[in-house]
Amino acid sequence: MGRAKLPRKSTTIDMTAMCDVAFLLLSFFILTTKFKPAEAIAVTTPSSVASKVAPNKDFVLITIDKDGKVFLTIDDKQKRELVANSLNTAKNLGIDVAKFRSANFVGAPFSGLNSFLSISEENRKGNLLPGIPCKDSTNNELIVWMQAVNEAYAGAKMDLLLKGDNLAKYPSFKGVLTAFKKNNIQKFQMVTNPENAPVGSELYKKSMSGEKMDN
Amino acid sequence: MAELDTSGGGHKKGPGVKKGKKLSTRVDLTPMVDLGFLLITFFIFTTTMSQPTAMKLLLPDDKVKPEEQNKAKESGALTILMGADNHLYYYEGQLKPDASNFLSASYNGENSIRDVILKKKAYVRSIATDPNDPEHDLVVVIKPSQYCNYKNVIDILDEMSINVVKKFALVDIFDIEEQLVKKSDESAVKP
Repeated sequence: MGRAKLPRKSTTIDMTAMCDVAFLLLSFFILTTKFKPAEAIAVTTPSSVASKVAPNKDFVLITIDKDGKVFLTIDDKQKRELVANSLNTAKNLGIDVAKFRSANFVGAPFSGLNSFLSISEENRKGNLLPGIPCKDSTNNELIVWMQAVNEAYAGAKMDLLLKGDNLAKYPSFKGVLTAFKKNNIQKFQMVTNPENAPVGSELYKKSMSGEKMDN
Repeated sequence: MAELDTSGGGHKKGPGVKKGKKLSTRVDLTPMVDLGFLLITFFIFTTTMSQPTAMKLLLPDDKVKPEEQNKAKESGALTILMGADNHLYYYEGQLKPDASNFLSASYNGENSIRDVILKKKAYVRSIATDPNDPEHDLVVVIKPSQYCNYKNVIDILDEMSINVVKKFALVDIFDIEEQLVKKSDESAVKP
């Protein structure tokens, strides 16, 4: 008996559809990637096992760069205005409120604040600025700043963040802590890079067993 | 003499002339797909999805009178001191006048501070009086010297959460201790 011959099928597949999918995905990933905005103050943060994501709006951020210089960023523009006004009345600094409002961060002693504000925004680079003096316990200007910030945020929830560089020396960190303590601020958060808990450690076992981590 | 074929395309070919083979317009897209997926994998791997995280820290209230501050039991106290160039020192209980219990440790690897903390933890558990809260007496005191950097402080604070130490305090260093740290830093051989 003669067997019916099966027609030989071609092994080549039409790749057009797959190609479409590949490039669609590619364009999706490229377009959704957000590039890190260039920061005026270059800081490499240390990593920690903390798993809570840092708040990204309405925060008050203190930055310590690698030379130990301290900068203050207030995210909310209205609060900036309040801070500028209260400093003007308390210390008679004569800050240009409109300029202060548009400044993304401050990093100068009170005496040089007006000249700091007269620098254009793109020329304010962390490494060229003096920073807020706080290392010296007799002249810790950050205390005054934090007091003004505290007043501006009176009654409202304040997310206080501290972002320090790996290489910043401890005295500047201590100066910042003193400024917090002097203003009765006991709670703040430190910005870090995420890191996994080391395998075998207690925290690792806890997270493996599904326990909630509170920090 | 050579002849030039000036005839246009429209003219009918003779019966003996073969038709030009029609080329397929289909292109093999396999290499293009390969390239596409290669790029996708490249972009996925090079993108860091990490968002900065925040670590919470509560500071002790300075205004509380010394008498009202909670005292640490000597048996459960571990003091960690940070020096320059990632040097790390610790002592248990109180610092002896001859500094014989002033020992050095490292951030990781051999003789790491994690082992020291875990050993201390096990010791506190073994002498605990309250079975419900065996780690009640464990207090880690962190004393950064002026020579250490911010990363060191974060590393040690992180170590507290890694080893689930509930009670720890960031305290100012004493002058004697600072001098001791400085001296040890200077004598330490760089690894």
